[in-house]
Amino acid sequence: MEPILRTENLTIRFGGHTAVDHVNFNMPEKHLKSIIGPNGAGKTTFFNLISGELKPTAGDVYFKGQSLCQKSAIARTRMGLGRSFQITNVFPNLTVLENVRLAVQSKEKIRYQLFRHYKSYQAITEKAEELLTLVLLNNKRDALTTMLSHGEKRKLEIAMLLALDTEILLLDEPTAGMSLEEVPAILEVIRTIKNNGDKTILLIEHKMDMILDLSDSIMVLFNGQLLADGTPDEIMQNETVQNAYLGGLYDEHLTEVK
Amino acid sequence: MKITLQQISFFLILASLVILPFVNDSRTLIILLTQIFIFGILAMSYDILLGYTGIVSFGHAMFFGIGAYTTAVMLKQMDATLTMFLLSIVTGMFFAGMISFLVGLLTLRLKSHFFAMLTLAFSGLFLVVAEKWRSVTYGNDGFTFRAPDIFKERITFYFFVLACLAVIFIALYRFVNSPTGRILIAVRENEQRTKSLGFNTLHYKVIASVVAGIVASLAGSLYSLSLRFVNTSVLTMDITLDALLMTIIGGVGTLVGPLLGAGVIEYAQHALSGLARDYPIFERWIIFFGILYILAVLFFPKGIIGSLRMLFWKWRSRRKGNKKSPAALPHKKERFE
Repeated sequence: MEPILRTENLTIRFGGHTAVDHVNFNMPEKHLKSIIGPNGAGKTTFFNLISGELKPTAGDVYFKGQSLCQKSAIARTRMGLGRSFQITNVFPNLTVLENVRLAVQSKEKIRYQLFRHYKSYQAITEKAEELLTLVLLNNKRDALTTMLSHGEKRKLEIAMLLALDTEILLLDEPTAGMSLEEVPAILEVIRTIKNNGDKTILLIEHKMDMILDLSDSIMVLFNGQLLADGTPDEIMQNETVQNAYLGGLYDEHLTEVK
Repeated sequence: MKITLQQISFFLILASLVILPFVNDSRTLIILLTQIFIFGILAMSYDILLGYTGIVSFGHAMFFGIGAYTTAVMLKQMDATLTMFLLSIVTGMFFAGMISFLVGLLTLRLKSHFFAMLTLAFSGLFLVVAEKWRSVTYGNDGFTFRAPDIFKERITFYFFVLACLAVIFIALYRFVNSPTGRILIAVRENEQRTKSLGFNTLHYKVIASVVAGIVASLAGSLYSLSLRFVNTSVLTMDITLDALLMTIIGGVGTLVGPLLGAGVIEYAQHALSGLARDYPIFERWIIFFGILYILAVLFFPKGIIGSLRMLFWKWRSRRKGNKKSPAALPHKKERFE
């Protein structure tokens, strides 16, 4: 079966530094794949290349067999690639409901209506409320986003991403900076999405127990290179990965640099 | 249909402005109010850029000037009739729309400060054209022209401008509350995020700039007719700065704020310069004016309407016993970063 998303020799260099280095990966449809790797391994850069925030130095990304090389980030979202951000990235002075409503509005292609009142689009408001209920945020619908806690903002991010109803969800560390009590709620939301079975999810995370619990497969990035890609069991038993995490490879790398 | 408090206040204010000339027919007052309405229209147009879309433009005078010159030139070169005047308004709006579309398309891709500089350059270009194209514009000195007979009476012109103001206010109010208007606000709040939701932000910034340009051109047309005179001052930075300050003092992103700002500033200019007759020091009224600006920005960073809204929210949240409500609106500085 043709993978829904695939990269071919995806590479990006910033000056002399190669942040993502000839990465080839395949993403089967309706699959949850996690990306792990130490800080600076190029995980978020890899995401940025897929979502179109950055242009690759070499290589290409294919969505359903179609090259994304010439597509802008906006076009990619419209094609079906939605992403959330590692650093919370919402509209601070709008209410929670309004944030989600904007995302639903995009999905419903209501873009150039100049004179009808936005509140007259009942279906959009209802859809937004439904999503807020899903991420357990409906009690905060009228609060300004700046007033939310970090964890609540992350939930809002996910609601906005779901509102776009894209086939692929790129989740960049959805639990980053969260307190331990807040994590299970997010985990639950992701699990619900996965169990609904209609989304392909690519997830960057550091919390290993969460990754092992959720993932169908895991890929490991190290210094921009793809170190391994396989089922959670395979990855856990992979010696190179163990070395990378236990510091072996990192030491070697340091010696090389010296 | 449910009638809101806002609609009631709108009609009350409109009605009192309609009745006012019959109660007090002071010529100075009518002229001052006409001036306030015209600058109110200009300031509202600037609010679409600054307050709703988060675009800082230093070239807004360009569109004001286009309107002013189109009306002046058409009334001077052809007949000074009402039809010609209306036609000149439409022509001015058309040119302003076209130019703001092209300038916007060329410049709005840039980051905010580069955009601001480029708009300054474009408006400088128009100023030079107006100075050098002497056969039409009579250079820096400008020229006078006849107004249509119907506007010989100041009062008729007052009503005409008031009607324009009301129509523009309603139209802009609908515009900012439309789905497109919400996207403009999203662009102001977080442009990158708006893009990642799949909205092409350039389109929205161009739409905002065209709408603002067209409305500013109308203000320009009305302004030149109110003076029956035009010169290059309508294209100078002063006009843009006036619009900017009226918007900031009144409250950005509120539409009503800029109107109020226009009122406060025009009245303050009038009052301060009037004081000069009794106290010579007020011949330098512009210094006092500067001090007023600084104080207003220091103590009302959200502008008059913004500060009032804060007070209202605080009052409401105290009544509800819920201290965690929008009262803690972030500082304006944050909003425009």
